[in-house]
Amino acid sequence: MIKNGSCPLTTGQIIDEYFIENRTRLLELAAFLERIDRSADGVDARRDFRMTAFHQALHVVASNIPDKMDQIQLIFSDPTIEPREKLDAKSASGAWNPASEVA
Amino acid sequence: MYYIEMHGHMVSRTTDDYREMAMAGCVAVSEPAFWAGWDRSSADGFDDYFRQLTEFEPKRAAQVSIKHVTWLCLNPKEGEDRRLAAEVLKRIPKYLDLSNVVGIGEIGLNRVTKNEIATFNDHVQLALDFNQLILIHTPHLEDKFKGTRVTIENLARSNGLKANRVLIDHAEEHTAGMILDAGFYAGFTLYPNTKVSAARAVDMIEKYGSDRVTVSSACDWGPSVPTAVPQLMLEMRRRGHSEAAIRKVVFENPLEFLMQSGKFELPRLGIRAAVPSATTVS
Repeated sequence: MIKNGSCPLTTGQIIDEYFIENRTRLLELAAFLERIDRSADGVDARRDFRMTAFHQALHVVASNIPDKMDQIQLIFSDPTIEPREKLDAKSASGAWNPASEVA
Repeated sequence: MYYIEMHGHMVSRTTDDYREMAMAGCVAVSEPAFWAGWDRSSADGFDDYFRQLTEFEPKRAAQVSIKHVTWLCLNPKEGEDRRLAAEVLKRIPKYLDLSNVVGIGEIGLNRVTKNEIATFNDHVQLALDFNQLILIHTPHLEDKFKGTRVTIENLARSNGLKANRVLIDHAEEHTAGMILDAGFYAGFTLYPNTKVSAARAVDMIEKYGSDRVTVSSACDWGPSVPTAVPQLMLEMRRRGHSEAAIRKVVFENPLEFLMQSGKFELPRLGIRAAVPSATTVS
């Protein structure tokens, strides 16, 4: 894998070019979490396996861990290798649910 | 700049979309067979679909001077139904001699079930029996990592398979490395909400290099952008990548892959069909 220096832009140029759109994305993320806090039923979102993974991913975003993308992708991924016995759903949900693997 | 749309489900798009793509530089579309958004009720439905892919779509594309080629299969979303799969697989060979059929695809896994794997392996064997290129769908979201691993494991057990005749599509950050390391082509599909944005695709090209990498819109009936590949070109220019580097990803790599079919050609550009490659990568 090629890493250092593979993007032609300098650090300053990357910040100049991409800061505004990523500032917007960060605000959208915060707004999403605030929206959940204002939910009609007030249920703790972390009871939902998708949001458990989401918060784990946020920790990686805020950390100094290299290969953030790989790490976050793996947080959301099914780590098992055994095939399912039969089709359980037509579509994926966005995060692996450990409870779904319990026989 | 000319480009090849390596993965577009044009049966779901309008003639206006073809026109927009042509005006953006698209000279060819490769259309894999896929899921209609609902399960077909019989193998006869697939015959109708295969006729649409091989007879109707090429004519629509030709209206705006786009070359249209296609891939045939029963898609991963319907792979659980083994009886239907067996019936559809019997019907595919009669289409394989057509000049616009370049291979078997997009086959693969959806939720990584035992039946899906069996149907996938049957398709791989069909491709090997008829010396066809293979285009592979990898599962969505949380299933992608597992599905890609299981796909590669099964391909490794296929006798006579040449890795450079297989494109594994919908690659993302956690699967691109394993696909390329095994000698396959890796495809990045550019979607507005899921899969990969143009910026992330360019990030992966910067990380992994551009050899055996293709990009496509994978436009279909869901949220998708038929001109996503030109958007990737803009993203590469935004970062200062050379025109040659862009052309390699959007035109030369897909051309190199498709030419292995022995059928793909772009006469308008002076590119004629070549004898299928016998090179083995791994």
